[in-house]
Amino acid sequence: MTESPKVSGSLRNRLAVTLIGGASLLAVLLFLVVRTYAAQIAQQGQDSILGASVTSILDAAVLRDDQVEIDFPYAAFSMLTTPAHDRVFYAIYRDAELLSGYADLPLPKGSDSGERRYQSAEFIGKPIRISTASRTLLGADVKTRITVSVAQTQDALSDRLNAISRNIASFGIGFFVLVVLLSFWATSSTIAPLNRLATSVTRRGPQDLSPVIKPVPTEMLPLVASLNRLMARLNQSLTQSEDFIAEAAHRVRTPLATVRSHAETTLQRVDKEQNRQALRAMIRAIDESSRAAGQLLDHAMITFRADQLEYQQLDLVELVQKLVLRLSPVAEMKDIDLRFLGDQPVLCQGDPILLQNAIRNLIDNALKYSPSESAIDIWVTSQPQPQVEIRDQGPGFPIDEISDLAQRFSRGNNAAGTIGSGLGLTIAQDVAIAHGGKLALSNHTGGGACVIFSL
Amino acid sequence: MRYILALIFALLPLMALAQQQETWEDRAMFHGSGSGSGPTLTILSSTDRSFFAPIITSFLAQRPDLSIEYLVSGTAEIDRIFRQDPSGFDLVISSAMDLQFKLTNDGHALAIEGVTTPDWAQWRQSLFGFTTEPAAIVVRRADFAGHSLPQTRQDLIKALRARPEVFRNRLGTYDIRQSGLGYLFATQDARASETYWRLMEVMGSLGTRLYCCSGDMITDLQKGELAVAYNVLGSYAAARTKDSEELAIILPADFPITMMRSGFVSAQTKQPKHARDFIRHLLKVQSAPVDPGIFPLPPLIPALDPRPQSAIGLGPALMTYLDPLKRRTFLQEWTSAVIQ
Amino acid sequence: MKFLLVEDNPDLAKAVCDRMHLDGHTIDHAENISDAIGFSETGDYDLILLDIMLPDGDGRSFLKRHRDQKRDTPVIVLTARSQVSDRISMLDLGADDYVTKPFDHEELQARCRAVLRRKAGTAQSVLQIKDVSFNPVAGVVTVCGKTINLRNRELRLLELLFNAPGQIFPKQKLVDRLFSYEEDVSENAVEVYIARLRKHLEGSALKITTHRGLGYRLDHD
Repeated sequence: MTESPKVSGSLRNRLAVTLIGGASLLAVLLFLVVRTYAAQIAQQGQDSILGASVTSILDAAVLRDDQVEIDFPYAAFSMLTTPAHDRVFYAIYRDAELLSGYADLPLPKGSDSGERRYQSAEFIGKPIRISTASRTLLGADVKTRITVSVAQTQDALSDRLNAISRNIASFGIGFFVLVVLLSFWATSSTIAPLNRLATSVTRRGPQDLSPVIKPVPTEMLPLVASLNRLMARLNQSLTQSEDFIAEAAHRVRTPLATVRSHAETTLQRVDKEQNRQALRAMIRAIDESSRAAGQLLDHAMITFRADQLEYQQLDLVELVQKLVLRLSPVAEMKDIDLRFLGDQPVLCQGDPILLQNAIRNLIDNALKYSPSESAIDIWVTSQPQPQVEIRDQGPGFPIDEISDLAQRFSRGNNAAGTIGSGLGLTIAQDVAIAHGGKLALSNHTGGGACVIFSL
Repeated sequence: MRYILALIFALLPLMALAQQQETWEDRAMFHGSGSGSGPTLTILSSTDRSFFAPIITSFLAQRPDLSIEYLVSGTAEIDRIFRQDPSGFDLVISSAMDLQFKLTNDGHALAIEGVTTPDWAQWRQSLFGFTTEPAAIVVRRADFAGHSLPQTRQDLIKALRARPEVFRNRLGTYDIRQSGLGYLFATQDARASETYWRLMEVMGSLGTRLYCCSGDMITDLQKGELAVAYNVLGSYAAARTKDSEELAIILPADFPITMMRSGFVSAQTKQPKHARDFIRHLLKVQSAPVDPGIFPLPPLIPALDPRPQSAIGLGPALMTYLDPLKRRTFLQEWTSAVIQ
Repeated sequence: MKFLLVEDNPDLAKAVCDRMHLDGHTIDHAENISDAIGFSETGDYDLILLDIMLPDGDGRSFLKRHRDQKRDTPVIVLTARSQVSDRISMLDLGADDYVTKPFDHEELQARCRAVLRRKAGTAQSVLQIKDVSFNPVAGVVTVCGKTINLRNRELRLLELLFNAPGQIFPKQKLVDRLFSYEEDVSENAVEVYIARLRKHLEGSALKITTHRGLGYRLDHD
């Protein structure tokens, strides 16, 4: 009926994607930072052991008769034992001359300040870490410089780094999963007030235009404020148009009533038959136009309400009984007997205003077409479904038009002279269909029309 | 046995001299039942053939297409020979753990994945220990008649000092300048206690005969030329004195030195698969249950995990005494103590 | 009967008042709610006819006040609205019935009678001529002390004649009063009802005489 609004993405998805994207970025960043830091620390650990090894060798160096002796401790190498069985290389130089160790072990470049130095290099195709330090030995008339390098492969280091990386990675993944879960939770709890608002607005009855008063998050205030303003405006304009229609009806009907009353009164006083005819025609015209206006308005209202039925539990017997009571003065005027049958309550779901209107129209019709001093039978039964059956003793429906009768504005051929817009049956059928039921028209064998309005 | 094993001794010293320009202590060729058309594994070993022959035989029973050339030499010699021609040998078996370690450290060994052996008995999945053999003091019971047998190095020092006339020139130990294993025992001994140096001084003062190998020392003990041999391989002694009460093998109660015989596959082998299989086989036959008919050496006893304290660990520290400066210093001290 | 009409349209009010007078009823007219309150609290009315849209407020507020003060004077609402919901709310507020403008006076009176009939206990005037008594509200007629049953149209015809004995009623006027305008009936239809009434009044002091060319008249001995 209304054009569905265009969709531009989803707040939930946008929020979730932002949160998850941020989380994955954070997880990767966390991984890189921690891994770098861990690599530094692990390297520092290896460096300090290599440095200690170098120092212990260097400290053992003595100059005896211009001969360098280095009785370095067993621990100098045993401290380099690692779980990954890292290979160990070393070189000891006296000035530029190799005293012992691996000749082709790379030496640090640059000036020799005596400070311990560390470098990463490749040796026999393997990445190694080298620590180098020097020391000057003073003999009787000799001054010599001893340089010691100790190197180690980095298997244990990379093993440890891999283990750390695995741990950080699983931590990062765990973090990520947690954030994803959290973000789903956060997203739905953020979206929840919106959904609640939408639900509460959707669930409202068609007449409910009251403002939303439930507390909402700050961010939704402008939306809800606008919604409330819109509904207030809508309510106002609806009320205004209702008032306008009522006012218009009032404006039209009141003068009509005045004219009719005057005409009736005048009819009492005027004797000339010609004038009386004119007055009667006038009164009939007024009746017809006011009834037509009334039924048009009723039909418009029913069409509107049929879209949004206000179902409630009701007793069909009670409803019809009230109608009968209300219409009996009119019936009495024609000496028509309104006979109501039905004592057990017939409970059903329906819109009472629409049902009342429909059934009143049916009884009105029966009253209209019934001759004086006849009877109209009205049954309310619950079997096979809740239904109201109205039988009169009038001329019945014209057989050849029975299927078209309920069409809007159609009136039976034999209705000539009877005031009515023909909308009565249409209204009753629309209401029946809106309730999932139907209107059945027939003529019963004893003569007269029979209408069955079922839900 | 489902296989008929052909065991052919090939003693061709002239050809060996011509080809290798090496003098082998022993040299043997083993062929599988598939008679020799398949590849040949060359094993460079310091272990006497008698100990290794059953191991090789059992391996060839499973791989009849293979042949194995078994070359025996001293531990120090093995190191020298192998370094000269790393591609000439497929497997290196030696009791000098330090030399073996350094060869591995220098990248001469091939890694073998998926070998189950205690962590302390392997290094880098490349060098594998497969025996635990203590260094023993072997004495002639006859020379200790009426005296209690020494149980520690301290006891030995006391015994030597008490009867110098019995022991003069009848003491034997490794010449550590020649023997790699002897040097390993000596350095580990010296590292463990100062008692070693006092013992060496006492032995030096009584006149000590120096040997290249355990076998020679045991022979001289049996002949009566020696009364005491120090740091002899207990396994050899036990094998040689199986039924004899003549000699007593004493594991020093204060601190026994235990070495592991170890082996690796040359990184430049042309038969990596077969060589690896041999190492796997070697480790398999030494693990429980051990059939002494196949593995006549003392096994690793893998149940002892972690490593028994007395055993020499496989680690970078083994390179300490191989350092020329360190070695020079150590040999100087040793020489001055023993040779005097 | 005494009516109070609350209606702000003076033309309609005048027309209704004229019509009521014509039928022999007393009727007061209030133009707004405050006047209506004044009238209803001082006068003793049989029935109030209430318009809904009034200049100083909604007729419903009057209705609510009326019922809150426990006054039981029946109220019939005159509404120009046609919405069913409006009618229902009116009945919920205590109106006894309603008619939609423009209304048929006969229907209005029928509803008035029906409402008054339902309100048992309300003082009801009984008309008496000789040996015939007539309660137009209850619709009870007694002839020679014997209650007789009349149909609605017979009652209404009797009421017309009873209100003006001695006056001649032309046939056409009677048709207009007895039948609705949508019914197409001939003047002869009246003769049927006159005949019935005469039969009911047999033996009493009252008789309906025919005045050829003029109409009918109620006479008594």
